[in-house]
Amino acid sequence: MPLFAQTANLTPAALASRAKAQNVPEIPYESVPNLLKFPANLYLGEGIGVATNSKGHVFVYTRSQRTRLFEFDQKGNYLREIGEGLYGFVFAHAVRVDSQDNIWAVDEGANMIIKFNPEGRVVMTLGRRPEPTDALAASPPPGPAANPGKYIFDRPTDVGWDAAGNIFVSDGYGNSRVVKYDKNGRFIATVGSKGSEPGQFNLPHTLAVDAKGNVYVGDRSNRRIQVFDDDLTFKAIYDNVGAPWEVCVSPGPHQYLFSSNSFPDGNDSTLSTVTGEIYKMELDGTIVGKFGKAGKQLGEFSGLHEIDCRNPDELYISEIQLWRVQKINLHPNGK
Amino acid sequence: MQRSLYVSLALLSGSLLFAQAPEIPFDSAVTLLKLPANLHLGEAAGVATNSKGNILVYTRTGEDGTMGGSRFFTHGGSRLFEFDSTGRYLHEVGAGIYGFMFAQTVRVDSQDNIWTVDRGADVVIKFDSAGHFLMTLGRKPESVNPAGSGGGRGGRGVPGQGIAGDNFNRPTDIAWDAAGDIFVSDAYTNARIVKLDKSGKFIKTWGSRGAGQGQFDMPNSIAVDAQGNVYVADLGNKRIQVFDNDGNFKTQLGDVGAPWTICITPGAHQYLYSSNSNPPDSMDNGEIYKMELDGKILGKFGTAGKLAKEFGTVNEIDCRNPNVLYAGELTNWRVQKLTLHP
Repeated sequence: MPLFAQTANLTPAALASRAKAQNVPEIPYESVPNLLKFPANLYLGEGIGVATNSKGHVFVYTRSQRTRLFEFDQKGNYLREIGEGLYGFVFAHAVRVDSQDNIWAVDEGANMIIKFNPEGRVVMTLGRRPEPTDALAASPPPGPAANPGKYIFDRPTDVGWDAAGNIFVSDGYGNSRVVKYDKNGRFIATVGSKGSEPGQFNLPHTLAVDAKGNVYVGDRSNRRIQVFDDDLTFKAIYDNVGAPWEVCVSPGPHQYLFSSNSFPDGNDSTLSTVTGEIYKMELDGTIVGKFGKAGKQLGEFSGLHEIDCRNPDELYISEIQLWRVQKINLHPNGK
Repeated sequence: MQRSLYVSLALLSGSLLFAQAPEIPFDSAVTLLKLPANLHLGEAAGVATNSKGNILVYTRTGEDGTMGGSRFFTHGGSRLFEFDSTGRYLHEVGAGIYGFMFAQTVRVDSQDNIWTVDRGADVVIKFDSAGHFLMTLGRKPESVNPAGSGGGRGGRGVPGQGIAGDNFNRPTDIAWDAAGDIFVSDAYTNARIVKLDKSGKFIKTWGSRGAGQGQFDMPNSIAVDAQGNVYVADLGNKRIQVFDNDGNFKTQLGDVGAPWTICITPGAHQYLYSSNSNPPDSMDNGEIYKMELDGKILGKFGTAGKLAKEFGTVNEIDCRNPNVLYAGELTNWRVQKLTLHP
């Protein structure tokens, strides 16, 4: 199909939102219906975070009247709520499960990362919820601090770990940086400031770490994935898969990188034909294929916000605008 | 050149003295408190024990706002839990009470009455040992306004002094002398100490913002010894000021970093503990000092961090037993039971 035919009806905003990569092969897939079974009177709000543990249990971090974290078994049966009424649950942003099945919640409102053990008890916190009375008394509006320091976040977005257990935090809406801590929460290094040069960020919205300790940062508003080594030295940029709202690196001997060019949360309908797809890549950025599109039907994505890719052919995805979690079965060999 | 050498030598000897405070060996029980499945501590701002060894924890749990009123109203935000001496959860004290917003400290007096100091509600609440409400000091602002003034937020006297009375503006701590007279550190805005009699009747106030004798920069904690001397942790000025029972300056104790919280043990030989707590945005310092009442340092223990035997901004210490301390931590959301082996 000639290029002009594809672009003729697109607005400038849509043209800007479209991924550079074109003619990417489609990966066949379907969405599993009726995935999560809720008790009566329990509802998801915005499906901000989803993650699985080694048993296949599904954790969903949602913005409801209070931000809440739910656990389901591998069949989608509701098990329990974790961290009910927690001081650090203000405005959900991401949930991830580490290799020991600890559950980590990233809260953009509390400016905190909270580590729960598999039993659901808090065992470590990073960052600190702002003191409410002081926040009310502060005259300058909240914003990026000149020197954000080592231990305070400003709307953090995601967390990941290398094989040694070192912790990486994308921080975030306010601070435009990625911070590395040791497994005990002691500061090691930081990279980034607001900007569009290599090593700078314009909304680091998500991150993932591969088996060698390379860190993949979804630099969303710069519409690129930046890759750093384990010491946070800049390595590479992948800028052809749209705006990476969410990245996920699968485990196992052959790791893949998934990235979502999500339909934005502004609900601009003119963008619905050029966003919403998820890319599957090799770690070096080579695109393997893509799947999905914006929409509200089963198998369509409405503001995808987090992907779990523990099994690279069985993804769990959560969505902002449509308050749900989907399980996506991929058929990369066309089966 | 020679002068800078002298300065260097002075600094060196100072740091050597600093380092010479002996380390006190200690153990920690970090998982002492057993909470029901649906209960969690937030920032463990306050911890205290009563004469039975029960442990009271005053913790920040998050607040709710009310929309659609004549102003924006904020309610809740902190809870007070009681555990027995083995850490078994007993019950909640003051559930839903009007004055629990932003927990700062909890202390238990000699009659086992429980006193909470709330930095958001500006209120001190006295409960009896069973948790029945007895008395308030101060008044909760009708609406916690921006700029920390108006809307009932009290203390609008001379800047840094407050008005005579118990209209607090972000109070931090409470202590009593042997007669039951009450001393409140009214810290953030007023930088003063308020003395009231045991019935809550205002007696006097002293202090203002500054670095001089009898002035304060964040009086974050207060303790009274058996003779009625008043010890004030003057956090920003990195000193502990000592006053007599009427507020006359006596002396100041230093060289223990920034005293975030202090505690004086009961009994015939009283000790003074002071925590050089790491601020929430750092993991430096964090050690706790044990002193004689005259300021002589006997030893120190601990450091900032997130593991057991490390501290995340210790905000209150209970020292009813001088060798079994309870430390409430802000950033680690926990209480550690510390057993010292001096």
